[in-house]
Amino acid sequence: MSPISRRKLITGGAVTMAGVAGLGAADRIARRWGLIPPDSGGIYGPGETLTYAVQRLIGKHALAREFPRGMISKMPFMNEVAPPSNAFKKMQAAGFEDWRLVVDGMVDHPLALSLADVRALGRRSQITEVMCEEGWSYIAEWIGTPLHLVLQEAGIQPQVRYIVYRSIQSEWWESIDMADALHPQTYLTWGMNDGDLPVGFGGPLRMRVPRQLGYKSVKYITHLTATDSMKKFGKGLGSASPEAGYAWYAGI
Amino acid sequence: MEPSAAGELCAFCAMLPGMATAVSQPRVAAPRHSALVRVTHWLTAVASVALAITGYLIVLSHPRFYWGETGNVNVKPLFSFHVPSSRDTVPTGYNYVLPDENGWSRYLHFEAAWLLVLTGLVYGIAGFRTGHFRKELWPARGERSWADYWRALRGVRTGDDGSQSYNVVQRTVYLSVIFVLFPAVIWTGLALSPDFNAAFPFFVDVLGGRQSARTLHFFVSDLLVVFLVVHVTMVALAGFWSRTKAMITGRAGGAQGEEKE
Repeated sequence: MSPISRRKLITGGAVTMAGVAGLGAADRIARRWGLIPPDSGGIYGPGETLTYAVQRLIGKHALAREFPRGMISKMPFMNEVAPPSNAFKKMQAAGFEDWRLVVDGMVDHPLALSLADVRALGRRSQITEVMCEEGWSYIAEWIGTPLHLVLQEAGIQPQVRYIVYRSIQSEWWESIDMADALHPQTYLTWGMNDGDLPVGFGGPLRMRVPRQLGYKSVKYITHLTATDSMKKFGKGLGSASPEAGYAWYAGI
Repeated sequence: MEPSAAGELCAFCAMLPGMATAVSQPRVAAPRHSALVRVTHWLTAVASVALAITGYLIVLSHPRFYWGETGNVNVKPLFSFHVPSSRDTVPTGYNYVLPDENGWSRYLHFEAAWLLVLTGLVYGIAGFRTGHFRKELWPARGERSWADYWRALRGVRTGDDGSQSYNVVQRTVYLSVIFVLFPAVIWTGLALSPDFNAAFPFFVDVLGGRQSARTLHFFVSDLLVVFLVVHVTMVALAGFWSRTKAMITGRAGGAQGEEKE
């Protein structure tokens, strides 16, 4: 064996081992810091993981842009809404008195809150933009109860990594990581532009996640579940979106 | 290396005054394109085609463009395309709706964007370190007058430029694509990310708002597609297989292999 090839062999081996060790370390660090999205498998996994990890590293606590009152859209677009079920119409006729928000999973005190109970936990407002993945957008004032106040009331346990939220329309369910769940602008929204939240815009209760695209802001919320893993929910990809071909993380 | 290619290149070198020494010394002639340029060229090509196709598919879900911060179907657009849409909420004048391709298009768009950005970083840093930009793309001294541009546009060769290098129009176009259009398309694209805008609001604010950023992203992308079409056309006119082979192997093949595209 010539000296050159021996040197090459040693260098090559060292580089390969360093590479493998580096990848392994990166993977461990990424998992510990929560930088791997639930839909990180498949051919789009690498891009999706890079996007999510970098966004979380550069701006985990960043606030979504807020706008002056004068920029509120006069013609917001409610998007298409599935026809309401009979159960929904019945509750609507009764002024949503029977609407319940169930909070369960890894919490110390499971809850079943009426809309009045939710409102009693706190009221905040923000003027932020709804951005659809299709390209359109509008600005509105959103009034609601920050999600972290509801989670605090339920007493979420330290191992919780995701909050799963479900609509009365069972095909719509989503989840967010704790960076978004505990974010001060993530609301359970019940008001819009100084009035009640209209049904077309998600009333009586809509999740508002202003740092992600509109499809994460699910309408007609009835159920929150705190969990440490998304594996047990649906196909384990994080939400209904990846099961329909859309990314779980919609911050881009 | 193969003797035939060396002979061909060295015979060619002999015509260049500055490279006469290269002929007398038995050394390997420099490849037409360095390995770095070849690898980054094809990675960029793959990423760009994926980005263009998925980008236009995403546009089909809302083929309307606006200016300012907000815009939706209730607002008069800046302009719109009279094409069918993949959403029934968009008034198009067509009585059918295209299948929704946004899910995989968005996944692939962002994965390809990463490939483009990381490849661009490697190419950009190496390009400065190796003098690639200065030597091969920056218009040569004494070749920057309007007359030089006009000559290059008319395809007149000055003879002593050896045509082993790019002419001044090619150099200007390549530099504009590398240092203006690609950075602009990445900037306007990042300005469409709500989470990125939360961290760096400046990115979208200087463009005049979200919808302005989307419209600009569309136009800059179109310019890059125009470049792609002209580039491939010029390669085809100059000899598609020899140019493509040169960008793959680094060596020119065939009698007309002396020019770069």
